[in-house]
Amino acid sequence: MKFLRDKIDKIKKPFEKGQKFEKFAPAINALDTFLYVPNHTTKHGAHIRDAVDLKRTMITVVLALVPALLFGIYNSGYQHFIQLNEGVLPPFMDIFLHGLWKVLPMIIVSYAVGLGIEFAFAIFRGHEVNEGYLVSGLLIPMVMPVDLPLWMLAISVAFAVVIGKEAFGGTGMNIFNPALLARAFAFFAYPTFMSGDKIWVSEASTTDAISGETILGSLAQGKEVAYSTMDMFLGFIPGSIGETSTLAILIGAFVLIATGVGSWKIMVSGVIGAALTAMMFNAVGLTALMNFDWTNHLVVGGFAFGIVFMATDPVSAAQTDKGKIIYGLLIGFFSIMIRVFNPAYPEGVMLAILLMNTLAPTIDYFVVNGNIAKRKKRLAKSKQLKSA
Amino acid sequence: MSKDIRIKKGLDLKLKGEAAHKVADATRSKVYAVKPSDFHGVTPKMVVKEGDNVKAGEVIFYSKADEKVKFVAPVSGKIQEIKRGEKRVILEILITADSQDVFVEHSKKNPNDLSTEEVKEHLLASGCWPFINQRPYDVIAKSADTPKAIFISTYASAPLAADVDFVLADKLVAFQAGVDALAKLTSGKVHLSLKGKGKSVFSDVKGVALHRVYGPHPAGNVGVLISKIDPINAGERVWTVAPQDVATIGELFLTGKFNATRTVALVGSEVKEAQYYNVISGAPISDLVAGKIEGDNVRVISGDVLTGTKVKMDGNLGFYSNTVTVIPEGNVYRMFGWMPFASPSVHSASRTGLSWLMPGKKYAPNTNLNGEERALVVTGEMEEVMPLDIFPMQLLKACLASDIDKMESLGIYEVAPEDFALIDYTNTSKLEAQQIIREALDLMIKEVG
Repeated sequence: MKFLRDKIDKIKKPFEKGQKFEKFAPAINALDTFLYVPNHTTKHGAHIRDAVDLKRTMITVVLALVPALLFGIYNSGYQHFIQLNEGVLPPFMDIFLHGLWKVLPMIIVSYAVGLGIEFAFAIFRGHEVNEGYLVSGLLIPMVMPVDLPLWMLAISVAFAVVIGKEAFGGTGMNIFNPALLARAFAFFAYPTFMSGDKIWVSEASTTDAISGETILGSLAQGKEVAYSTMDMFLGFIPGSIGETSTLAILIGAFVLIATGVGSWKIMVSGVIGAALTAMMFNAVGLTALMNFDWTNHLVVGGFAFGIVFMATDPVSAAQTDKGKIIYGLLIGFFSIMIRVFNPAYPEGVMLAILLMNTLAPTIDYFVVNGNIAKRKKRLAKSKQLKSA
Repeated sequence: MSKDIRIKKGLDLKLKGEAAHKVADATRSKVYAVKPSDFHGVTPKMVVKEGDNVKAGEVIFYSKADEKVKFVAPVSGKIQEIKRGEKRVILEILITADSQDVFVEHSKKNPNDLSTEEVKEHLLASGCWPFINQRPYDVIAKSADTPKAIFISTYASAPLAADVDFVLADKLVAFQAGVDALAKLTSGKVHLSLKGKGKSVFSDVKGVALHRVYGPHPAGNVGVLISKIDPINAGERVWTVAPQDVATIGELFLTGKFNATRTVALVGSEVKEAQYYNVISGAPISDLVAGKIEGDNVRVISGDVLTGTKVKMDGNLGFYSNTVTVIPEGNVYRMFGWMPFASPSVHSASRTGLSWLMPGKKYAPNTNLNGEERALVVTGEMEEVMPLDIFPMQLLKACLASDIDKMESLGIYEVAPEDFALIDYTNTSKLEAQQIIREALDLMIKEVG
């Protein structure tokens, strides 16, 4: 391995301080640190450091996304063949490859555009390339419909990275979840490509006889749901690429909770919030959406995906422990509220999370203020004692 | 009667190279150094000049801001050099040691017979005062102050820290005398903490409030003790003294001498036979470690791995130091080391490594940063290792923004850099939390005082 290291050191020479390509150092460093943990040492205490760094944290999230991604790829092919080929299914590999053929270009475009902008900003501003986009780059295609034109995806990514992140100062400074911002942007900029019954099944727009709408979409129109709870749980339903299979998402949730990378507090309280709200509507039961069973609410649409992978984004979520619980509860609550009361757009979790992104600092403010108040009270008491 | 304190948050780092319970006398060195940088915030005003002869315990400089606070020579000999750096800042005062020490003789005194002022004068004149630290700000106590309480922690919970029970087992008389003297200085109590489990040699110390502390590091930090017993409010002062320094203070009263000899644990994975040495403070590090360490790509730390200061081979033992740790330098590349569950030889408190499955395993960490500095992204991890009732991330952010009001309301008075050492260690963003807190405290001294 010394050979490789020497080679990299040689390549890095012209990028060093005072050398010809000094300005481009962040780009070459990003590639180098992807291969090696750099030889940086501590300057003062603590002299030793934990093995964890932001790269490891972000890669863990990417790993957690893999089950949902693989299933999403398969399901993209499955929905295509089952709807367009009148129920006759080709072999597994053909289904998967059809999905891959659709999804892979989206992932490539997302990473190419997003990382391109990140690298450009790093070089322009002279800071290191941050790892945040490793996750966002995969999340964005996974929350999009499979037939979204690539150029729309590219523009959504550019919007999310430039306006959602870099405008605030980069990774760690953004107030909204960049991946959700990309989806929200696409939703409002290209509504016909982001909702309806033709977009969730690949190449569905080429034929007429197709019922590819999402479950929430048909419920909003007062139609019957054509899928069993097991279909919903396993994910053999139309929907955004990565968000249909609750099972695959649960595997991801397990990875996030077991490694401690994702906040279980947000996930658990989010589920509780949504379950309670849906139960409440079940009890009222005026419309099809209100009557939709609360357990089903948890497994359809983007709820599971949103609560596991989006709501837990540590930068845009509440940051205090108590705050996280309140934050999760409210996301669950608003997700179901929007589903039930907004038939034009029954998928509520995205808007619920974005809404709570704006409220997260306020929640933290009140939690932290509790601690401040305690200190003030103690001071007042001690002054009283002294004067007595 | 002891009162139990239990904490859950924190982290016990298990490292290779623990000191065996064995003490040897270090050989006498030729040159000893006193470094004003050991005394944070002190601007030295020299009393001696190059070529002067001094006795052990003779004043060599005093603090410009508090002229009563004096600093003395650890050995008798000749002032060889006063080394200065940029803007003539005094870096160190080198003393060529005589073959045997001639001490400045103070009179023997029983602290119980003395008034507060007499005890104070005695400590100030003898050079023992710098052992007394104050909180807030973690600096040497002001001679004019009266603290609301004094805290001593005999539970050294830091990784590989010297075992205080072992070091002071035969100095209990001096320790008691030191406690008696300190008790004269406060309007409140002297609080003494013991390691939770097992017997402690300090359990019979008189005139103190005893507390047994259970839990992972930083359970032994004096900051935990303060926050659980008598937290500091704005405008209040508490003092803290390290146990070995209490014994040195006691020895002054019993013998009339300032004895700068301390028992230091030489520890770390790069030490051949980790054990204790009786050594005079200011001794050259090279003399202490010569022939005792493996390899040459090592870092010598005066203190523990979390809070100590890096010393070069030609450097000297610090004034307060009772541990010297030697670990490998980490100036090496590690392939794909960022991958989850990779490099099992590197410990991680997070569960992205394998270490949480092997809680008993001992590690030999190096000084690699294990990543690059990043913005604060991950939340909740600081709180895991912060047992004080403090919002660490919010406080650090207030410090970074120099927002004094916010710092005050979030509890800056209650903390010292050492309370943030584990945050330094576990933080994903590779933040320098201790450094941030130190700079913030310095700002507070300047702005609030």
